[in-house]
Amino acid sequence: MDTASWIIKALIIVGVFAVTLLIATYSTLAERKIAGFMQDRLGPDRAGPFGVFQPLADAVKMFFKEDFIPAQANKWLFIAGPCLSMLTALMTSAVIPFGDTIRYEEQTIAVQGVELNVGILYVFGIVSLGVYGLMIGGWASNNKFSLLGAVRAASQNISYEIALGLSIIAIIMSAGSLSLRDIVNQQHGFAWNIFYQPVGFIIFVTCAFAECNRTPFDLPECETELVGGYHTEYSSMKLGFYLFSEYINMFISSLVVSTLYLGGFNYPGMDWVYAKLTALAGDTTGHNLATLIGFLALFFKGLFGVFFFMWVRWTVPRFRFDQLMDLGWKALFPLAILNIFFTGAGEMLGYHGFTWIIVGIMTILAATNAVKAPPRKMYPADV
Amino acid sequence: MQLTNRSKEVSKKEMTFAERLYLPAIVSGLGITIKHFFAKKVTIRYPEVKRYLGPVFRGQHILKRDDEGRERCTACGLCAVACPAEAISMVAAERTKEEKHLYREEKYAAVYEVNMLRCIFCGLCEEACPKQAVYLRHDQFVPVFTEREGVVYGKDKLVEDMNARYNRDSWTKEEWSEKWKNERV
Repeated sequence: MDTASWIIKALIIVGVFAVTLLIATYSTLAERKIAGFMQDRLGPDRAGPFGVFQPLADAVKMFFKEDFIPAQANKWLFIAGPCLSMLTALMTSAVIPFGDTIRYEEQTIAVQGVELNVGILYVFGIVSLGVYGLMIGGWASNNKFSLLGAVRAASQNISYEIALGLSIIAIIMSAGSLSLRDIVNQQHGFAWNIFYQPVGFIIFVTCAFAECNRTPFDLPECETELVGGYHTEYSSMKLGFYLFSEYINMFISSLVVSTLYLGGFNYPGMDWVYAKLTALAGDTTGHNLATLIGFLALFFKGLFGVFFFMWVRWTVPRFRFDQLMDLGWKALFPLAILNIFFTGAGEMLGYHGFTWIIVGIMTILAATNAVKAPPRKMYPADV
Repeated sequence: MQLTNRSKEVSKKEMTFAERLYLPAIVSGLGITIKHFFAKKVTIRYPEVKRYLGPVFRGQHILKRDDEGRERCTACGLCAVACPAEAISMVAAERTKEEKHLYREEKYAAVYEVNMLRCIFCGLCEEACPKQAVYLRHDQFVPVFTEREGVVYGKDKLVEDMNARYNRDSWTKEEWSEKWKNERV
């Protein structure tokens, strides 16, 4: 690669980095706005029009708070915790294919940080590393409640990583590749994986919620039981980093979900758009414009994912910890294995959407079970 | 005893498979929240939009004048006696011949002061007044103060302005909703 393509690559990486940080910043505002709207209120709207400067105000507040390190805490680990959280949250975006390719002077450059042929393993590895941020932070605080919160976070993340990994295996089996770009390219147009892997999609999204420590799986943060959570002892921007990395994780994981299941930068009618654009603006410019539209498609899928995260958060109450473990080990884990089995059988027989059988069986079971069940008494008969 | 018909008996029956799948319940919950997401918001954006408080709201005091513009107060001191917070004080004076167009009664309040730090806006002064002179207006708050200066309101702030007379029938709910019609989201 020559200098120009290096520069373009660097610009793409910096752009991805900046966009991720910006989205995470404004996710904090969006969260409060969406929470407000779902509760028939307006949410923050005092700082600037519609509260657009609220994240700035929050950041200023965070920076001006006292940066406190407890006397008995392990100082280095205490500082390393939020840094690790932030680092792992940001590293995942490196392998996500944000768009097709950019053509520049006879060169074709992929809109992606690194084209890695084991991209999905990289994502999985970094996500597992994310636990260290929380665990180290909770441990270094030298506080029983922080440690309990960190243990909760770690056990939850490890439990759900199993189902997460198994649901990815089904995708890898049908795609025949570990490269995220290959997986996306196979979902060309509207042939998204969600239509072939509905069960895997549900498992993956549920596990993504658990991995991001979002409601209904936000057990690591709990005022009533743990005072605060793994970040009880944190203040100022260290706390800010922890909260911020949660939002980055949210955005990145919705990008990963979009990449794996919702077609990435593919959208229905993309061939038609591509033909029109290349006819209108020439081969190179048209190609680049089509790439831009693809990037926007992925971007909006990611934003919708973030919205969905918040939507669920303000809808569903949280699980109890034993229920969380039950769901992870007794429901999602066997279901993921069943999913792999059906996917494998489908691949062998040559049917792509074989896992719909699981959905069908579930629906039939649910329907017959509901019919057989005695009607639930809703109102007190005679009180 | 039942207050509403909406109460439901807690059922500990085993859940059906559909209920244990958990997803149908989540989807219906998501439906409810998204309905609220697009619903009309109840927030009143306070400093810009003010809520209608009703014709019986007790706000800032006013010393009424009669139709000829004469002050009604005769400095009898009944309001000061009635006041549980002892916020009202006054100095009485006798009306001279030249002042007949200014004061209705022969005796009037030369000084009439309400200490707004003490006042609890109970409205007992209003009830005690035999001359219908003092009222707590329903359309105006006592503004927020941050210093002790100017907290004791004298006659300059309390006596009714003949150009903008206070009328309890004015500022109705209809007027209010007309005024803030476009301000509410």
